[in-house]
Amino acid sequence: MKVTLYLNSVCAGFPSPASDYLEGEIDLNRYLIKNPLATFIVKSQGNSMLQAGIHSGDLLIVDRSIKAKNNSIVVASVDGDLIVKRIKISGKKYLLASDNKTYKDIKINNESDIFIWGTVTKVIHNVY
Amino acid sequence: MYIKGKEKVFALADCNSFYASCERVFNPKLKNKPVVVLSNNDGCIVARTTEAKKLGIKMGEPLFKAKKTIEKHNVKVFSSNYTLYGSMSNRVMRILELFFPDIEIYSIDEAFMEISSLKKIYNYSRYAMKVRKVIFQWTGIPISIGIGETKTLAKVANHIVKNNQEMNGVFDLTKIKNKENILKKIKIKEIWGIGSKLSNFLVKNDICNARDFIQLDNRWVRKNINILGLKTKMELSGIPCYDLDNSFKLRKSCCVSRSFGKRIETLESMREAVSTYITRAAEKIRNENLVANNINLYIRTSPFDKNSKTYYANSISLPLDFPTNNTINLNKKALNGLNKIFKKGYLYQKAGVVLSGLEIENTDLNLFVENDEKNKFLMNALDLINNKHGKNSLRLASEGTKKEWLTKRSKCSSNFTTNLKDLLTVKC
Repeated sequence: MKVTLYLNSVCAGFPSPASDYLEGEIDLNRYLIKNPLATFIVKSQGNSMLQAGIHSGDLLIVDRSIKAKNNSIVVASVDGDLIVKRIKISGKKYLLASDNKTYKDIKINNESDIFIWGTVTKVIHNVY
Repeated sequence: MYIKGKEKVFALADCNSFYASCERVFNPKLKNKPVVVLSNNDGCIVARTTEAKKLGIKMGEPLFKAKKTIEKHNVKVFSSNYTLYGSMSNRVMRILELFFPDIEIYSIDEAFMEISSLKKIYNYSRYAMKVRKVIFQWTGIPISIGIGETKTLAKVANHIVKNNQEMNGVFDLTKIKNKENILKKIKIKEIWGIGSKLSNFLVKNDICNARDFIQLDNRWVRKNINILGLKTKMELSGIPCYDLDNSFKLRKSCCVSRSFGKRIETLESMREAVSTYITRAAEKIRNENLVANNINLYIRTSPFDKNSKTYYANSISLPLDFPTNNTINLNKKALNGLNKIFKKGYLYQKAGVVLSGLEIENTDLNLFVENDEKNKFLMNALDLINNKHGKNSLRLASEGTKKEWLTKRSKCSSNFTTNLKDLLTVKC
């Protein structure tokens, strides 16, 4: 024979007037990640994108489903190395630009083996 | 069985060299390079990229045999990272589900879809090409899609895609009414459902390709093979015998077994291994809200020692007094059982635990079990802590700390998608 015990007590008092207005707590996942199936989190290393607010050690949210436009910050593969840069498109010419004057831009010519890995949509920076 | 008037169309989506492709997503340097992935314990080659296949590296080949080729051609070698592959597989399957309402996930890298409902709106090939493109863009995983009137023909179509690069990853076999010429090119061992034993038997009987096979007499097939052989024959002829299997299946058992990275000699190490496997199995069934009625425990030395005095294998079935998924209870029982079958003086190579007689956990309290409620809270807390702080943060002492017997995975990539400490680093 099985006997059911109820662990939760039943409230007998006046119901909370807020109960009809309850909403779920803020979900940062939903704010940070629009398309979870296409989103990857990577860690940045280096200072070439400081002006864009990307510091060394920051977490970057990268959405592969978003097509990069002119001025998008992207993760690009250049000769097999993954790097973060700002893409500048003018006509048929592409440039991977740094957001820090002490760093050089990367010109893309026909010989370079390059593809866009994903578009950076958010930066998570620790200040505490 | 076949119902006339309801013509079905099946598609098979299959990830190309899946394990190696997962490694490539996070390491673009591997593009166009030969890559192989090893089985558990780094023993055999279980995945190869096209480039590695071209070098003559065989599926299932032991690593030491391929060593020369690997060194000569600078083939990149990886231990299998199932955490990463599982997570990438999950993404691919979820995307397929967005595009195909009727889907059966067939393995870690394959899914069958029934797509006849798309006919009125889309051209099958064009639709499949689009899905393929989306999956590659979103995940970086290349897939091939084969389309046919039956599952077996979808498999055939997929096989053809893989060998013809100019098809761009999609082949619709339903467009070809007379399939004889195509089936002629499909070797008997490449047909879905025909294993190596059966294919040897058929080749001996001069049945060398799929066309030979469908021309066989039904009675001969039934007599010399079996009903499944007959079904394969019908499927190849375009008559569907298998439907999508997307039914929810209650798992009947849960097995955790692994070969050791280093042979185990002492009871102490073996206890660590058994505890570790029990912990993992209990975690798995708790995650599915199941409880077990029985533990099966086995230990053995290397199968290559068979017929010699150094070979020993034994197992024990341990019925539980009441159904449970409690790590502590299961562990006690299993360690007791181990004491009964463990013999000193052998070099053990493998152990495994199987939790069976699984049923859905009854949330009512069991009055006949001491501290049932407390134990449930304890297991909840254990799972929560390990989810939050990473696997094995909190564990039984009997699992040990050194774990010298752990499976060898010397060339493992990071868990890029599942662990914040393992994220891919990109240069700025």
